[in-house]
Amino acid sequence: MNTFYLVRKNLTRNKLRLCLNAFAILIAFLLFGVLGSMKNAFEAGVELSADDRLVVVNRINFTQPLPLAYANKIKAVEGVSEVTWANWFGGYHQEPRNQVMTFAVDPESYFKVYPELSAGEESFNRWLKDRQGILVGERMANAKGWKVGDRVPLSSNIFSQRNGSNTWEFNVSGIFKADTAQTDTNYTVIHYKYFIETQSYGGEWIGWLPVKTDDPALNEEVSRSIDKLFENSAAETETSTESQFNKAFLEQLGNIGLIIMSVVMAAFFTILLIVGNSMAHTVSERTGEIAVLKTLGFKSNTVFSMVLGESLLLAALGGLLGLGLAAFLISGMSQVPELQSMLPNLVMSSNVYVQGLVLVLALGTITGILPAWRAMKLNTIDALSRG
Amino acid sequence: MSDEILFDLKAVSKRFTRGKESISIFENLDLKIKKGTFVSIMGPSGSGKTTLLNMLGGVDRPSSGEISFSGSPIQSLNENALAKWRADHVGFIFQFYNLMPMLNAEKNVELPLLLKSLSKSQRKKNVNAALQLVGLSDRARHLPKELSGGQQQRVAIARAIVSDPDLLLCDEPTGDLDRTTATEILEILQLLNKEFGKTIVMVTHDPVAAGFANVSLHLDKGEFIDKSAQEEDAA
Repeated sequence: MNTFYLVRKNLTRNKLRLCLNAFAILIAFLLFGVLGSMKNAFEAGVELSADDRLVVVNRINFTQPLPLAYANKIKAVEGVSEVTWANWFGGYHQEPRNQVMTFAVDPESYFKVYPELSAGEESFNRWLKDRQGILVGERMANAKGWKVGDRVPLSSNIFSQRNGSNTWEFNVSGIFKADTAQTDTNYTVIHYKYFIETQSYGGEWIGWLPVKTDDPALNEEVSRSIDKLFENSAAETETSTESQFNKAFLEQLGNIGLIIMSVVMAAFFTILLIVGNSMAHTVSERTGEIAVLKTLGFKSNTVFSMVLGESLLLAALGGLLGLGLAAFLISGMSQVPELQSMLPNLVMSSNVYVQGLVLVLALGTITGILPAWRAMKLNTIDALSRG
Repeated sequence: MSDEILFDLKAVSKRFTRGKESISIFENLDLKIKKGTFVSIMGPSGSGKTTLLNMLGGVDRPSSGEISFSGSPIQSLNENALAKWRADHVGFIFQFYNLMPMLNAEKNVELPLLLKSLSKSQRKKNVNAALQLVGLSDRARHLPKELSGGQQQRVAIARAIVSDPDLLLCDEPTGDLDRTTATEILEILQLLNKEFGKTIVMVTHDPVAAGFANVSLHLDKGEFIDKSAQEEDAA
């Protein structure tokens, strides 16, 4: 037996109270894990943005096209190391509800601007040689069960082919992967040239231009130079860092992070009151026992540690179970196609685990500190005389 | 019983303040207790018996005066030092046993040993010896609620002696027991005094219980009655 044994025995002596308290904490941490991961998924684009990447879009708004000719002009700007371009395809597989986010990109330059993505040399070369080739992101491939060599029909809800059909047939050339779990791979890329040659609208227009700079310190200057280059033209540009661009895009949806964190904080505040009250009640029930321990020679700071330890153990029990359950749910949710298209980066990151552990410590400490203080300061004579 | 003085109380006073009123429990109380004595303290409710016992056990402090234990004053020790002194020298036995309800008998007995640097096997040995001495080896794994009042008090005695203290302080140890069981408990205390040389100070209302002691003190309104008899006894 040691003092931890006493802490454990005290915690488990009233099984119903333990279960109810642990369950309440579990729910709070489940909410934290799930909603925190969803918040991160919403904001992943901002957090994972490369420092040296800019995005050039039409000044009117990013749905308006830009001429393809801008790519070469931007490449000539001092401080620019690489330029690529992309166009929204707006794909779905067989039925409109089976969204398949697809971009028509320049195969030669796209992966140079996005070095965190890689399909492997063999797959990449296969894709370069096949105009109808498609590279599928790992998460998308897993969700759809697509593999190299598959023939995949993709329809566009915006564009149509010159023959009137809005469905294109593609060959899966390879699967591209990302170097971090949170990087979005829930989309596909097709050849821009093939897309533009077969679609009915014609014209060499593009949606946006991702630009890599020589140094993040040059971002501001390069942005200014690019926008100045197209000043007073028919398609003026607005250049921003990838992080700013993603943030602005998210802000159109509202402050998701604030809403989610408000829900989590409200849950934690409620749990704080419930568990804090329960711990205070527990200690006042045990004043006689605490007085006996002190009479036997247990020092006040040992009594303090024991009560605080009990509160921390309770928080750890509920908190770790809640985080574990959240990880399990997030893993399941990330396989749901409807959620995949909405939250492609849905994973429970180490960041959420670390924050969760900090919250376990904070909850255990806040709910236990006052009862522990009261136990430490307990007047042994009064407590013994109360029996 | 040896001639060595274990406790020496000199001019000990204890006062409480209730609102603006100051209530005196003792004024200038003197007392000497020899090592190896079995002392009973009797007296009516409110006479200060338990307060005196608490001061002897270092749980309470005198308002003035000096309490020496084996020649060293204890009233000036800080709270942590006093806690260590209690763990090293004093075993407590309460009227209502005060066992930890979630621990079985052997774990309750082991409790004071958590404050000692002993190996697990040594702790186990001490616990077994203490339980055997009170005749409860066969109830070692029972929870307090599974034991009778007498058995619970035996566990409390085993807990009090497991760390081999010099002094046992007993606050109405038989107050909650029937006569037969009370006699068994008092016989155990007498055994601990006679065979193991433990100094015992017992507060009681029961004259029969007091008869097991070799020194009887009567406390009333903060003073020892018939002090000469007391001094004669102590001598």
